[in-house]
Amino acid sequence: MSATSTPTGTRATRVLGFATLALTVWLIVFGLFVSAEDVVQGSTVRIMYVHVPSIWVAYVAFALTAVVSAVYLSGKNRSLAWDRVAGASAEIGVLFVAISLITGSLWGRLTWGTYWVWDARLTSTAFLFITYIGYLAVRGLGGTFRQRARRSAVLALLAVLEIPLVHFSVVIWRSLHQESTVANSGTDVELDGLMLFTLFLGIVTFTMLFVWMVLHRQRGLALQDAVDSHGLDVAIEQRRQEAEVR
Amino acid sequence: MSAAPTSMKRLVNLARIVMLKDLRAEVNSRVLVNQVAPFSVVIMILFAFALDNDGILQRVAPGLVWLATMFSMLVVVQRSFAVETADGALDALRVAGVDTRALFLGKSLALGVQLCALDVILVTTAFFLYNVQLEPSGLLVVFVTVVLACCGLGFIGTLYGGLAAGARGRETLLPLLLLPVVAPVLIGATRATEAGFKSGGAEVSEGWPWSGLLLVFAVIFGVVGSVAFGPLIDE
Repeated sequence: MSATSTPTGTRATRVLGFATLALTVWLIVFGLFVSAEDVVQGSTVRIMYVHVPSIWVAYVAFALTAVVSAVYLSGKNRSLAWDRVAGASAEIGVLFVAISLITGSLWGRLTWGTYWVWDARLTSTAFLFITYIGYLAVRGLGGTFRQRARRSAVLALLAVLEIPLVHFSVVIWRSLHQESTVANSGTDVELDGLMLFTLFLGIVTFTMLFVWMVLHRQRGLALQDAVDSHGLDVAIEQRRQEAEVR
Repeated sequence: MSAAPTSMKRLVNLARIVMLKDLRAEVNSRVLVNQVAPFSVVIMILFAFALDNDGILQRVAPGLVWLATMFSMLVVVQRSFAVETADGALDALRVAGVDTRALFLGKSLALGVQLCALDVILVTTAFFLYNVQLEPSGLLVVFVTVVLACCGLGFIGTLYGGLAAGARGRETLLPLLLLPVVAPVLIGATRATEAGFKSGGAEVSEGWPWSGLLLVFAVIFGVVGSVAFGPLIDE
């Protein structure tokens, strides 16, 4: 590793990373080969082992964003570390909502014959995705770090309010305008023991992956902030001092 | 004992002054009348071109009225904050010690009043161009819906407009932030107006629960907005 690069990993993240990797291999083996096919859906059901953990991670990520944003706004010591964790978590949440939407619509195409239905849950999830893309756009608006932190923290808390409102209104919109959709019939599926275990394994694996990604990403953001605040001049000055020492 | 009512009175008075200031700025500049209203009518005409069927137009008229409102609102919100940020007027107001809650309420109400005026034009346009039915009982539902929805939109528009104000690239960011949040208003207002217009065989009485939803929405964002607006614009 060259002297100019700063790693975002530590011993702990490396251990976590390898553990996640091992679990991922285990998940692939169980998800693709060991677990049984579904009676109705056949091998298609295996999408579930990615789809469900993805949306789980997205919910965890957005909850974490909201909690650390609240901590930032309420705390006397307004450390920007909270803000960076919120940003890192939201970025990864957006990624996993996207994965969940893509795998969900592929699964829908195979089982329902269509990529998308205007079901309340699907529509709300699409709104969730767009809302946090907006959140990330606000983080990129510029200004000082404090401005960014405060703006995005307020926005993260507003999103917590907005998402249930959107979900509630979409639910009553659908309940009055459409008979129960195919999406509802899918929720009655009974999972056998091994499938349930594989699903659980998927959730654990994806959660560990999320923690690993947040740890790295928030350090990456801290380095980014450091670069932005110190600027090129400081870096040049450091190089100059290094040269003098030699 | 009298401190709370006095401060409340002060707040309401301040909000009224801010609202009148915004409305006076609008009356002087006539941006709403000369630019936004024609823009919204053009949207309505373009919808007719795109759908190209009298029956469909009549059926979807309520949704089109509210979509046109949402699009026009983006322009009005940007205008509302362009006036404030152009000469650092927002900073001047804050330096003058104006309570941010009063600022929020005043600007929201001014925005709501402008949107109400716009919706009168849009509903009239729908009546003539889309050939919708409008009876007195239906008109009452539509009127209440317009007032409640515009209050809600005013609160949300001011909240997110304040967030994006003064930032580079706000013109493109505002729709992304605002439109997902106003989705519940679009749903509620469209269904209520549908009942008012009796489109798709709806009964007028079916509109009132949806108006209730709009009221709940307006109250929530009114309360939350007056708390959140201060930290948002405080920089």
